[in-house]
Amino acid sequence: MQFFLEVLIGGLLSGVMYSLVALGFVLIFKASGVFNFAQGAMVLFAALTFVSLEERGLPRWGALLASLAIMLGLALVIERVVLRPLVNQPAISLLMATIGLTFCLEGLAQGVWGSVVKGLDLGIPDVPFDVKGVLVSQFDLFAAAIAGFLVAVLALFFQYTRVGRALRAVADDHQAALSLGIPLQTVWAVVWAAAGAVALVAGLLWGSRLGVQFALSVITLKALPVLILGGFTSIAGAIVGGLLVGASEKLAEVYLGPVLGGGIENWFPYVLALLFLLVRPEGLFGEKHIDRV
Amino acid sequence: MHRLIPQCAALLLALLFALPAQGQGAAVPNEQFMPVPSYRVGPYAAPGTSLYGGFIDYLNLVNVRDGGINGVKLTWEECETSYSVDKGVPCYEKLKGKGPTGASMFNFYSTAIAYAVLDRAGADKVPLVTIAHGRTDSSDGRVFPYVFPLVTNYWSLNTDIVRFIGMRSGGMDKLKGKKIVHLYLDVAYGKEPNEILQKQAALYGFETKLVPVPPPGTDQQSQWLEIRQYQPDWVIVTGYGVMNPAMLKAAARANYPRDHIVGNFWTGSEEDTIPAGEAAIGYISALINPAGKEFPVIQDIEKVLYTKGLGNMTDQSRIGTVLYNRGVMTGIITVEAIRTAQGKYGKKPLTGEQIRWGLENLNLDDKRIGELGATGLIQPLKVSCADHEGGGAVKFQQWDGKQWKVISGWIQPDKKLVRDMVEASSAKYAQEKNIQMRDCSKGG
Amino acid sequence: MLYREAGQFKTSYRADQRIFPILQDRVVVGALLLVAFVAVPLWGSEYLVSALLIPWLILSLATLGLNILTGYAGQFSLGTAGFMAVGAFAAYGFQLRTPAVPLLLAFVLSGVCAAGVGAVFGLPSLRIKGMYLAVATLASQFFIEWLLTRVGWFTNYSSSGVINAQPMVIAGLAINTPPRRYLLVLAVVATLALAAKNLVRGRAGRAWMAVRDMDVAAEVIGIPMLRTKLSAFAVSSFYCGVAGALWVFAHVGSVDPQAFDLTRSLQVLTMVIIGGLGSVLGSFLGAGFIVLLPLFLPSVLSAVFGTALRPGLLPNIESFIFGALIIFFLIVEPQGLARLWQVTKEKLRLWPFPH
Repeated sequence: MQFFLEVLIGGLLSGVMYSLVALGFVLIFKASGVFNFAQGAMVLFAALTFVSLEERGLPRWGALLASLAIMLGLALVIERVVLRPLVNQPAISLLMATIGLTFCLEGLAQGVWGSVVKGLDLGIPDVPFDVKGVLVSQFDLFAAAIAGFLVAVLALFFQYTRVGRALRAVADDHQAALSLGIPLQTVWAVVWAAAGAVALVAGLLWGSRLGVQFALSVITLKALPVLILGGFTSIAGAIVGGLLVGASEKLAEVYLGPVLGGGIENWFPYVLALLFLLVRPEGLFGEKHIDRV
Repeated sequence: MHRLIPQCAALLLALLFALPAQGQGAAVPNEQFMPVPSYRVGPYAAPGTSLYGGFIDYLNLVNVRDGGINGVKLTWEECETSYSVDKGVPCYEKLKGKGPTGASMFNFYSTAIAYAVLDRAGADKVPLVTIAHGRTDSSDGRVFPYVFPLVTNYWSLNTDIVRFIGMRSGGMDKLKGKKIVHLYLDVAYGKEPNEILQKQAALYGFETKLVPVPPPGTDQQSQWLEIRQYQPDWVIVTGYGVMNPAMLKAAARANYPRDHIVGNFWTGSEEDTIPAGEAAIGYISALINPAGKEFPVIQDIEKVLYTKGLGNMTDQSRIGTVLYNRGVMTGIITVEAIRTAQGKYGKKPLTGEQIRWGLENLNLDDKRIGELGATGLIQPLKVSCADHEGGGAVKFQQWDGKQWKVISGWIQPDKKLVRDMVEASSAKYAQEKNIQMRDCSKGG
Repeated sequence: MLYREAGQFKTSYRADQRIFPILQDRVVVGALLLVAFVAVPLWGSEYLVSALLIPWLILSLATLGLNILTGYAGQFSLGTAGFMAVGAFAAYGFQLRTPAVPLLLAFVLSGVCAAGVGAVFGLPSLRIKGMYLAVATLASQFFIEWLLTRVGWFTNYSSSGVINAQPMVIAGLAINTPPRRYLLVLAVVATLALAAKNLVRGRAGRAWMAVRDMDVAAEVIGIPMLRTKLSAFAVSSFYCGVAGALWVFAHVGSVDPQAFDLTRSLQVLTMVIIGGLGSVLGSFLGAGFIVLLPLFLPSVLSAVFGTALRPGLLPNIESFIFGALIIFFLIVEPQGLARLWQVTKEKLRLWPFPH
């Protein structure tokens, strides 16, 4: 029982780490219908920028602000150069453009900052403490708190600010929003900037766990089942989906893995999500979608 | 609308893109061409940059300091493989015919690419050097005349590690009843040691559990929970890239003592431990070459190349790291093999086939290693027609939070056990591919 | 001037239904086929044949497969590489366990195996749509990769999980040199491309396109949803499976399941989109763009920059330019290279009088 609890808690907490990446996807998908494959590359770029700036002698807060500014600038450039010319194109072309963007960002990140693996110490020890025989990592709790904070901020932002309302309007119906005079471009720039900021946070947390290196770019894949489970358009869904994926894959690996031969956590969340989708094709929190002829 | 059959336009495109074969000048230059299929982008850019940086630096050192190998200048061309087969195979095809005598030998430092060009290299008569990686059973030179997994292979390594664990436990007989976990990246490379570990478990009476990590290995929480529940005495790790720091972090979170984790030589570089921070302190790994700048050859490189701005590494702090030194070691072996071949075929540019002979008759003894300024950097190597491995020994090192400390001498493998397995496996391969085994008693 | 169809009258339905209704097209295609089948094997350099053309043709075939599914039937899939892996390992299995089966038949059978697997994983498409389906097909991708890694039977219990393709022999002729391997690949790909062209022009293709354009409407007018969607998955997987088998046997020689990982699926998807959804020609153009460009870029860049750059920067610039070119082409023509080609042809027909 104790062991079960430990697996469960560990899974939930690592799910939070997935949610952090998934959040960036949701923001962009919600407002612009773009499945931003480059989110992982943005995470890499943000973390690498932060660490490299710090290495060049900036104080921590300075580096944080500078990399935030760089991420916002990057978002504006992406909106201007990549998205604006592709307005009204099919979703798959936009997805493709973000795959192209991935190559660009990866090349840019390693070209500018070099390919050395860098350590990143946020000052939060990643050592466990013992709660009645269950090991819980301080770092995971910290990450969970950050994720919770981010979601709260984003939710408030969407709910109560003017831009937030515009954002929701755009998400509902591009054309209706445009005809009401909501500047689509500004809204898009804002979500990309927000996604850039989320990428920075995810990059710092993941980077301090794995080292700041190219592999940060592939953690995208861990966010995908979270998205299907939670729905592409729901911020709350990203968190709940993350928790579900994290817990289920760890439990499956620990309890089913030995029976099936191990290594099943790569596909288990997808199969789970698949079964789930068969029952509810729009995800947990996704909007119901009715086809009309 | 009218449509064209697909071939046409695309073929046109291909022809446009296809590069004309490089023409050769009339006079044959006195140069030996060395392909450098490096990887400097992608997930393995960090190790690739050090490995090939060290390699190129050594080649350059031989040119600048000694004027080449017996007067034959080394030339090289890089080709980016990104550690992927898709780019590695074209790199091979592109570089194999360059230079006055074609490519000297290939060293991809990627098990997957090595597998993919294995047959091609044999057909083209270009040696494929797979130092401490690649197909283990290619150590059998009778079946794989053109493949050289020099220095050591994964099976020898595994017997080295078990022997080391035995030493730490106070004798091989003390291994009885112990529990050893093998944590490995779930790809061809990671699975190599499984079979021999199980054999050794039966031999010495220890219990073993295989725990695969799905690639790329960024998250290992469930694996370490499993390990924690199993409570092994030792954990052997076969990882590469991001899996390694993630492994150390996960071990720390599972409260597993780091000084009972033994990594292999691809799991023990600064790139693996520095990102893990404090979690890495005490961690042990095998090495085929130590880190450090105290070796005369490394000092020569700094003095001859870097003071004149001829060095290949942009980030000079990485000179003397484990992987950089491995690149230098690769350079030494490469150059010495060419030198050996020159002893037979003359001091002129040689073909891959001639260098193959040099590799097969390579004999790096302590004296020669001393002359090269690499004592302690590299183990004695004696390659033969049947045995394409040559060495087989490893040392062990421990991370103290700042640098690697060597904690053992060269530990020799269980040659008999490894050789038997190699021969059984290569015989199976020979049968699958209809290969006639060479008879090594006839020489050359 | 040269490219004008005036005066070419069709006097029968047969003539009207030709794949290449215009004489000039037929001449050009004939010439290209001649070059591909005769000139290239005779005079093509080994680099051209075995490093460029073979992988390009094989990946074109996989792209064609995915294009049938995504471009014609409108079903997103990120499981392409998984189906390629099924084909590759099935072909190996047939050669290993039933040596009596001739090689080409083994390729066909491996395609059939992939088709079966594809149809099973296509089942969710009946209920899930769009981007959700794409991510759901990832389940098949990861599951197949895991299964092939974990179950020793598929790899003949190889300790490292790597399979080595058996030597290829067709009717006593050993296919062991690059030109021979190239001809084999070319023949298979050309045949299957022709088949695909006819398939999408026929009843099946029209049903797929109806489903793509609006599946509810298609169902209302009597197109059986189950059969149409699953047949698209099966045919698509068949193509991918054969491509996977060729990849192992005619290109790399030995692979482990990780050769068909998600990166490969994404690569093929990129090829489909860059080439143009719903176009056979586009599949070849897209594959050409993605396979050949990264090989071509370094030569151009090193010609431009020489050795002026610090080592390691060049490959990163390549990566950046590669991505930028993808975006550039999407902006210029979001419908893909095939559409670009079509536009060029339109212009060519009017040239030199644009109005």
